[in-house]
Amino acid sequence: MKKTKPKPKIKELVHLTADPRGVLTGVHFMNGDQAACEGALAAGCRFVAGYPITPSTEIVERFASRIPTVGGIFIQMEDEIASSIAIQGAAWAGLKSMTVSSGPGFSLMMEHVGLAAMLETPCVFIDVQRAGPSTGLPTLPGQADMMQVRWGAHGDYEIIALVPNSPQECFDLTIQAFNLSEEFRVPTFVMMDECVGHMAERVVIPPADKIKIFNRRYTTLPPEEYLPYRTGKDLVPWFVKAGTGRRFHITGLTHDERGYPMMNAETQGKLVRRLVDKIRANAEQIVRYEEEDCEGAEVVVISYGITSRVASRAVEMARKQGIKVGRFRPVVVWPFPEKRIRQLAGMVGGFVVAELNYGQISLEVERLVAGKVPEKAIEKRRVNQPGAATAKSD
Amino acid sequence: MKKEESISLEPRPQNPIESLIRVERLPHMWCPGCGIGISMGAFTRAVVESGIDQNSLSVVSGIGCTGRVAGYLRLDTFHVTHGRAVPFATGLKLGNPKLKVVVYSGDGDLMAIGGNHLIHAARRNVPLTVILINNFNYGMTGGQFGPTTPMEAFGATAPYGNYEYPFNLPYLMDVCGAAYIARWTVYHVRQLTRSITEAMSKDGFSFIEVITPCPELYLRRNRLGDALKEMIYLKENSRIQNGAETRTVAIEKIRGEIIIGKFVDRERPGYIQSLDGHLQKVLGARYQRPPFWEK
Repeated sequence: MKKTKPKPKIKELVHLTADPRGVLTGVHFMNGDQAACEGALAAGCRFVAGYPITPSTEIVERFASRIPTVGGIFIQMEDEIASSIAIQGAAWAGLKSMTVSSGPGFSLMMEHVGLAAMLETPCVFIDVQRAGPSTGLPTLPGQADMMQVRWGAHGDYEIIALVPNSPQECFDLTIQAFNLSEEFRVPTFVMMDECVGHMAERVVIPPADKIKIFNRRYTTLPPEEYLPYRTGKDLVPWFVKAGTGRRFHITGLTHDERGYPMMNAETQGKLVRRLVDKIRANAEQIVRYEEEDCEGAEVVVISYGITSRVASRAVEMARKQGIKVGRFRPVVVWPFPEKRIRQLAGMVGGFVVAELNYGQISLEVERLVAGKVPEKAIEKRRVNQPGAATAKSD
Repeated sequence: MKKEESISLEPRPQNPIESLIRVERLPHMWCPGCGIGISMGAFTRAVVESGIDQNSLSVVSGIGCTGRVAGYLRLDTFHVTHGRAVPFATGLKLGNPKLKVVVYSGDGDLMAIGGNHLIHAARRNVPLTVILINNFNYGMTGGQFGPTTPMEAFGATAPYGNYEYPFNLPYLMDVCGAAYIARWTVYHVRQLTRSITEAMSKDGFSFIEVITPCPELYLRRNRLGDALKEMIYLKENSRIQNGAETRTVAIEKIRGEIIIGKFVDRERPGYIQSLDGHLQKVLGARYQRPPFWEK
């Protein structure tokens, strides 16, 4: 039996195209950092708090220069901890907001990734990955924050992370990140790397009315009926902003539908189950990947970000030698395209996971294909040294 | 059987501050004799007396005993991470300058883990009112010493007495550029109430330190008597000195004189005014004032 509830008129609340004030329509030659900034502006981001760090700082530099003529705020905070919570204050005032960093700063932000997950604050983080740990190689690429973004804060929660492999995608996926963040009220991440951030290519910015935007869904309930964390079937509560007379309370403590702290296992179970399920249950809708000649391939090369560009050449070389090679690129990395990888596991000879780290996404692939592919057929050694982005015979 | 209702129901006289309290959350979690509730009473009376729009008033708290204030106030209230109430409040205020934003938190939260944020917000002169409850220790975690604990006082992590110099908070806020600085004790509720009203009317960063030694942990561990005795102590040993040089108002000894009063009240353009004025001046017609500021 299907229950039919009167559906809220989403179209009335959600503008479907971009605000033209932030959209720099045209064909540009720009780097990934600049394109990500333009993506944020096009998505309607009007508040950025940041702290300077290489190699992500060009994003905030451009935002600082552009925003006073668009109508919004850039504030340079005292550190990344402050930046990652100032954006949440702005979000609860009703703005779309973002912060930007790289490894060391991203580590400092983990506290507020957890807070954003708990308060269900829609906000976007960009991490332009460099090689680590610690200060590492500030000016050279890495892809070793892929598990940090997934698990970096304490406790159980889910996030969404996208990985662009070109300046054009830095633009497109930053818009996508804002849309997903608003739809699911979850911190959403654009996991760039230094190479993608600093390489300049053609970037096409479409007219504002061709850019699809998902705007925040605000409650329409009167103050006496509204509860900040009551949800419907989609498990995502509708938002309320400060100053609207709702007199709401939100807390990083475990809380009930009223937003009030409640120190017991039952409330914890109910709340955190929902925080996890609102992403897991919608994973199939969120995941995005590209694949080419995978079914029936002798080997499938899985790679993302800059590594996917490098891997393309290796794939071409292997094909010239007559090897049937498929290519698979997760565009949304978290949630991971589990279903498709499991399917492919039964159809291919083996996998090579190429990434600029000592094994992160490869662990996810191993987990999914275990038992379906001989263990020998999963290439889990690093293909590239973090810090280098050129193909090696390895 | 239900008894017949025969009593005529006169409207119950309501405490004027009751509408500002989430009464369904009572009883509160503060210990008997704790002054945080007294300070909250002063705050709510200041809100009522000043006549400010309660629907446009937000309170942000960090973590700790005082951090729970946000949860008891029937306003738009935010209970965020430890030490980070000030940067959250900064984002909230910039996102909607029509909101009055009050940061209500403790000394450990604002001055230890959050010290960096506090000094930068004072430097920027962000229009926030910070009410810092100084209980001389970390209360919620069990009475550890902190950056405001007087010299030689005992704490759970200072079993042989404290040998670190404490902060002189009004002086620190003064050199950072805060527009308004006052200190009161929880004995001085009327002055505190008036001070909160004044602070909330400022266009820049305002700071009020409220002295209320933790009765269960600080007073007990240091054998200073109970909360009532402390009230008498605060009454007899506080000296009101409005406009005092802030460098002279440090509280370093366990049982020294406490200088209280309004120390600083100056006009200095607030962050929002500076941002708006400067960009307008430099960019002229190209400057687009944030449209969400107008609503």
